[in-house]
Amino acid sequence: MRTIKYILQKEFIQVLRNKTMLRMIIMLPLMQMLVLVFAATYDLKNVDVYVVDQDLSDASRGLVNHFEASPFFNIHDASFDLEDGMNQLKKEESDFILVIPPDFERSLVRDDKVGVQLLINAIDGNKASLIYQYTRSIISGYNKEVIMKWKSLPEFNPPMRVEFSDSYWFNPELDYKWYMAPGILSILVTIIGMFLSGMNLVREKEMGTIEQLNVTPIKKWQFMVGKLLPFLVIALLDLAFGLVIARVVFNLPIEGSLVLLFGFGALYLVGVLGLGLFISTVTETQQQVMFITFFFMMVFILMGGVFTPVESMPHWAQQLNRINPIYYFIRIMRMVSLKGSGFGDLIQEFFSLTVIGISFLSLAIWRYRKTS
Amino acid sequence: MKQGKIENSEPDTMTATENLSAERTPVISVKNLVKKFGNFVANDHLTFDVFKGEIFGFLGANGAGKTTAMRILCGLSSPTSGELMVSGYDVYKQAELIKRNIGYMSQKFSLYEDMTVAENIRFYAGIYGLSVRQRKEKEQVMLQKLNLESVRDKLIASLPLGWKQKLAFSIALLHDPKIIFLDEPTGGVDPITRRQFWDLIYEAAAEGKTIFVTTHYMDEAEYCSRVSIMVDGRIAALDTPDVLKKQFGADNMNGVFLQLARSATRTD
Repeated sequence: MRTIKYILQKEFIQVLRNKTMLRMIIMLPLMQMLVLVFAATYDLKNVDVYVVDQDLSDASRGLVNHFEASPFFNIHDASFDLEDGMNQLKKEESDFILVIPPDFERSLVRDDKVGVQLLINAIDGNKASLIYQYTRSIISGYNKEVIMKWKSLPEFNPPMRVEFSDSYWFNPELDYKWYMAPGILSILVTIIGMFLSGMNLVREKEMGTIEQLNVTPIKKWQFMVGKLLPFLVIALLDLAFGLVIARVVFNLPIEGSLVLLFGFGALYLVGVLGLGLFISTVTETQQQVMFITFFFMMVFILMGGVFTPVESMPHWAQQLNRINPIYYFIRIMRMVSLKGSGFGDLIQEFFSLTVIGISFLSLAIWRYRKTS
Repeated sequence: MKQGKIENSEPDTMTATENLSAERTPVISVKNLVKKFGNFVANDHLTFDVFKGEIFGFLGANGAGKTTAMRILCGLSSPTSGELMVSGYDVYKQAELIKRNIGYMSQKFSLYEDMTVAENIRFYAGIYGLSVRQRKEKEQVMLQKLNLESVRDKLIASLPLGWKQKLAFSIALLHDPKIIFLDEPTGGVDPITRRQFWDLIYEAAAEGKTIFVTTHYMDEAEYCSRVSIMVDGRIAALDTPDVLKKQFGADNMNGVFLQLARSATRTD
């Protein structure tokens, strides 16, 4: 234990004396939380609509007004010419075209039904389907209005219909930032932990100080734990810092227990830091560590479900995520902060992270050689 | 005193070594050490003994295999074959026990540049399990002797190389090792500091510590109790400097070295 104490002391002295590192440790959470969370949003705003109104009736204008009144849409341009609209769609000046046919009002009155055409730029499939959803809801709003008008007329029986009302749980206002902030925080903790630990050990190799340590009777596990703990503490401090920013700036609710959150954070970091340390035992320079760590991080982060729901990934990808520590941690972060999940809800994640942590750390200790 | 004894013995390599082994048991005993890196034979059947209190010089051109052999004895590298005992322990099975009894100063300077003198001392003393009281005592004596009390709280990075080397040597002695391995300890250091460094080495040897040192400086070879000269991974000569000079008819160790090293086929 005393040996570990001395290693910890040394590591902290070195980190605190390294001004560049210290600045990164403080700036990274600030930048990530304040810039990325806002930028990485799926909220749909300012969709540019091109209107081709070939009817120019009261009814068609009413529909266009509905779009105009919506905060999501913005009438970018209008004409009678579909060709012109298509050109704008190609140049990405408009996001979608609303085509109202010439007999819109007539059909509406005579046949009780009429169609409009939507032409959506679907390069970004997600955005396109969101536009479609929003458009549907505007049109159904318009429908209701039309029905209401006719209902007031005598001798008119509205058709029977099922009304549904919805309420969103855990994130009632569908604030995308609430969804992103815990995810971005998970990435942040990962970057800090994995890079710092990996680079640190290999730096001792580059400086030659590792030789001096290898001729001491220091034990392999003591050395690894001594290298792991300082960065675990630093990463947890960054987690705390990030949570404060999320709470203050985004008003992120933290429904669950903070102790649970940090406990899981520590468990998660053992795995991530273990992997970082393992990488540094098989490399010789900081450059190599950077490349390999970057590779693992890209895969882990993109597979882990920060930006895309894991449930929509193909089956094999979901299976692969079983060994992806960040997948579990992102889930845990979201569940604890938004849903207030307790330990009982996270037993599965607990076991998985424990197995991953023990495996990566053991791998690092096993691979570290005092004798080459 | 060792020098004297050796000089009195007959100028024959084998006899000198036999005489010594008859008197004392070796602290380092190497028999047929072989180290291969792929097809490259870095150490080709080395056999030698080092005795307590000796300053054992390990000479050779660049690439002759000095550092490789030293790293194996320190437990930093594993031998391909051969019998090796260091401080009474088997290099293969008891490497960690050996580490308690040796000090090592590598070619690459190895104190932490971003920590102060005192912090480096505290760290290494801690790793070797010295108590706080022991450490403070040693630190005071050491800094006084080196006349470096004024830089106790200065970063290592800010000190001149010669001071760093003396510090590194003293820190390698913190845990009272029986054997000290020095790999080219005076590389790039000025002659005065080099002289002071050798005073430290003599002092340690006088306290009964065994010094195993590699060097390129032939004047330093003269300071050693015994010298082994490696050529192409083999030991080409091993005896006291005086015997070697007579044997090769040279005025100084430089002459001895040049005669032997000229036959080398390996260079960097």
